[in-house]
Amino acid sequence: MDELCKEFLIESHENLDRLERDLVALESDPGDKMTLDSIFRTIHTLKGSSGFLAFSKLEGIAHAGENLLSNIRDGVLCINRDIAGALLNTSDAVRQILGEIESSGSCGGRDYSALIRRLDELNGGELNGGELNGGELNGGEPEAPHSGVSGEPVSEQAPPAPVSCAAPQGVEVIPVAILQGSEAMTAPESGAQPEAEAEAPSASASGAPAEPAAQQTPGISIPMDNTHATPTPTESGSNPVAPPAAAPAEGNEPRGSAASDSSIRVDVSLLDKLVNLVGELVLARNQILQFTSQHADTAFLGTAQRLNLITTELQGSAMKTRMQPIGNLWSKLPRIVRDLASGCGKAVRLEMEGKDTELDKTIIEAIKDPLTHIVRNSVDHGIETPEVRVKRGKPREGCLKMRAYHEGGQVNIEIADDGGGIDLARIKEKAVQKGLIKPEYAAAMGEHEALQLIFMPGFSTAEKITNVSGRGVGMDVVKTNIEKIGGTVDLQSQLGRGTVLKIKIPLTLAIIPALVVTSGGERFAIPQVSLLELVRLEGTDPGQQIEHIHGAPVYRLRGKLLPLLYLNAELKLGPPASGAGGSAHNEVNIVVLQTDGHPFGLVLDEINDTQEIVVKPLGKQLKGVACFAGATIMGDGRVALILDVLGLAQQARIVGEVHERTNLMESGQEARRAEGQRQTLLLFTSGPGTKMAIPLSMVARLEEFPRSSVEYSGGNPVVRYRGQILPLVQVSDHLHPRGGSADELPDSMQVVVYSEKGRSVGLVVGRIDDIVNEVIEVKRHAFGNGILGSVVIQDCVTDLLDVLALIRAADPTFATSKSASTEAA
Amino acid sequence: MNPNRQFATFVLHGLFFGVDVLKVQEVIRYQEMTRVPIAPPMVEGLINLRGQIITAIDLRRRLGLPEREPDQLPLNVVVRTDDGAVSLLVDEIGDVVEIDSESFERVPETVTGMARDLILGVYKLPLRLLLILDTERTACLPGAYLRPCA
Repeated sequence: MDELCKEFLIESHENLDRLERDLVALESDPGDKMTLDSIFRTIHTLKGSSGFLAFSKLEGIAHAGENLLSNIRDGVLCINRDIAGALLNTSDAVRQILGEIESSGSCGGRDYSALIRRLDELNGGELNGGELNGGELNGGEPEAPHSGVSGEPVSEQAPPAPVSCAAPQGVEVIPVAILQGSEAMTAPESGAQPEAEAEAPSASASGAPAEPAAQQTPGISIPMDNTHATPTPTESGSNPVAPPAAAPAEGNEPRGSAASDSSIRVDVSLLDKLVNLVGELVLARNQILQFTSQHADTAFLGTAQRLNLITTELQGSAMKTRMQPIGNLWSKLPRIVRDLASGCGKAVRLEMEGKDTELDKTIIEAIKDPLTHIVRNSVDHGIETPEVRVKRGKPREGCLKMRAYHEGGQVNIEIADDGGGIDLARIKEKAVQKGLIKPEYAAAMGEHEALQLIFMPGFSTAEKITNVSGRGVGMDVVKTNIEKIGGTVDLQSQLGRGTVLKIKIPLTLAIIPALVVTSGGERFAIPQVSLLELVRLEGTDPGQQIEHIHGAPVYRLRGKLLPLLYLNAELKLGPPASGAGGSAHNEVNIVVLQTDGHPFGLVLDEINDTQEIVVKPLGKQLKGVACFAGATIMGDGRVALILDVLGLAQQARIVGEVHERTNLMESGQEARRAEGQRQTLLLFTSGPGTKMAIPLSMVARLEEFPRSSVEYSGGNPVVRYRGQILPLVQVSDHLHPRGGSADELPDSMQVVVYSEKGRSVGLVVGRIDDIVNEVIEVKRHAFGNGILGSVVIQDCVTDLLDVLALIRAADPTFATSKSASTEAA
Repeated sequence: MNPNRQFATFVLHGLFFGVDVLKVQEVIRYQEMTRVPIAPPMVEGLINLRGQIITAIDLRRRLGLPEREPDQLPLNVVVRTDDGAVSLLVDEIGDVVEIDSESFERVPETVTGMARDLILGVYKLPLRLLLILDTERTACLPGAYLRPCA
């Protein structure tokens, strides 16, 4: 039953996605019979399956929706905004119940009678006014209207019938019924007609006029409703239905099983494993290929060649298994756009191009939220209200165009709107107002730079906060999420004409093409994604072509200045390995990279070749090193580091000039990432002239206590603080244990309160000096004694206090290692 | 519960260390390493352990002991931690010993410095003392919190 229920849930979620898409499509084109049929079938399948699985609440809702739909299909009602809204609400309710079923196994306790009443109201209200006959004919039987009107509804009802009739046979029947439902959707004509003929031979299948069919069918259709409304079929109800229902089931079976044979559901974790294994195979292949150069054995060479081909093909296929068309992701957007547009009183047309563009599943997952956010933004901020648009001479209806296409091993997604565009002056003004940048910088900012402000944490131009946007968390998260998967976001905007947002993302994350280079005797891999071109300076003294601006090396690349980075210097590597030493003086290799739209040149010792590499994560010990994105295993089995171009550029200040000017450094992850090792530190003095610092993030509060408030517990000084007993740790005592006046407390104590999990410790320090935001470069690693190391801050040698070690030393029961060390990590 | 525990032992600058044998994935001889520029000095490099990339931590530097002789090749003790395997570089490898919990004692107060944080306690063996290393904390490098959390 569990398995069955799971199937039902998966199926229903898929159906709901399609349902929403269809509903929105139908709303814009009410005459589209195909779409309407599809909606009807979807709801009907849902009703049938939920009835069989005894989810009566779900069935009730589906039933009410179906009633409404059947009247729309019969032309009694016409779809309008209200009806579409109600039906979408139905879909939401169904989703809610499905979620409930997934978590608890039952329909849950929510009350949906209001929704059902609303659906009935929309249905009944107009029905009574419009078609009195129909109402009279059906009398008290609420489900009759839809089933008694034409020949077609009867055939639509056939799929669930086998479910209820054949129930004693058990589980296997269900897939057939469900498949039938879905089969009917793909081939409505062929699926529906035989059934109709089987049941009502005298009525011509599709063209039957409504009235005669109505007279003929009630006898069959009403009992059928009974059978699947109540899970246990009544004797009288099931008998007449059984023969005709069984016939179509048999007739459809071959087609259904063919569809089920051609695709299977596979657990994603299995695919992940498969892809990982293929990654390993690629590495092994690379290693073997390296041997081929040393062997002349033709048989071996031939085998290696074959292995190479097969591996490449296998890699492609394995990757394909995880690929999904972006259309899956986009299918949710029409609904979102519709709801939003009607919420803001706008008219928006959504156009999609390149729905079939395929992306790795993990990437699809990763861009889901950012994409939704961008679309929301475009509708909410970008596209103007119809009145404004008409005034500006644009068509009333705004257009949001999404385009996806492959380009150079990457996927590009464009989201373009023809709205108002971005007003740069306003952006700057807002940024200044919010204190994100200083006014003098705003004036000097270029267009590109100003646009980048949108991606800053805390930025929002919305005048009022709506439930849609305006909270200032958004574009920065979008950007962070996209960059996390190695993508880039580019924004172009023309005031009054519209905005284009371009996202570039890699096809897949596991195996990427990379350029292998050597510098300082070490090999590094540079992801091809960020690579623009390779430049090689030759001649007697190629170094002369590199000029310097205030010490910063630049190179004139086609008339434009390209800032240069020396990898050896950035990574503090030694000089080039002696073997390459001779040639290194006669040539300069520059790899031109781009990140965040800023090109820069990376000077290396040697450029080796390009390779497909398998990205492996680095251990947490190295997470803090911003320059590396991971590691990979080269053909010879050795490990090579993968350069994180963005991290490298940030370390070297190629990008991030905007971030430098922010004073909201702590407000977002992005800012923290951009700042690399920048830290906000609390400076204080402890003991005679010892300057110390601790990260501000570890400080809960700063307090001052008079000596008189100190009490002793177990011989240790404590103070009463906020209803708790706060143990005090004298920093200087622990750092200089033999420093004379240990027990003497000053008259007034400055205390830094450190809290973890509701427990606090007060660190008694001499004097609190300052809070600084500094790039930390540990000059001297002096580990032990509660000191992490020494840094130079404000031209003074300052010791970094190891707060955790100090606290543990003072109070071993505080923060058992686990929590403390994870905090430290 | 069995009062006796098993420890994999190794020698580091003349000191006798032990780690819970269940934490040890394997012990391998010296491997070629890829050093990681600008990483904390305690990180000796990365090794390729059958396709898995593992960080090697120089235990001497981690514990604040003097540097190893240049001609002395360390061994890898690969231990499992909550965040994947980590290799600890040690001088010599010893036996797996089974010890009665009775002989356990906390680290005396007089032990200071780095070791105090990383050593869980001491077992008094007949001939020498066995220092029990906290592998989780050893793998978590200090100063890591100076950098943004991952």
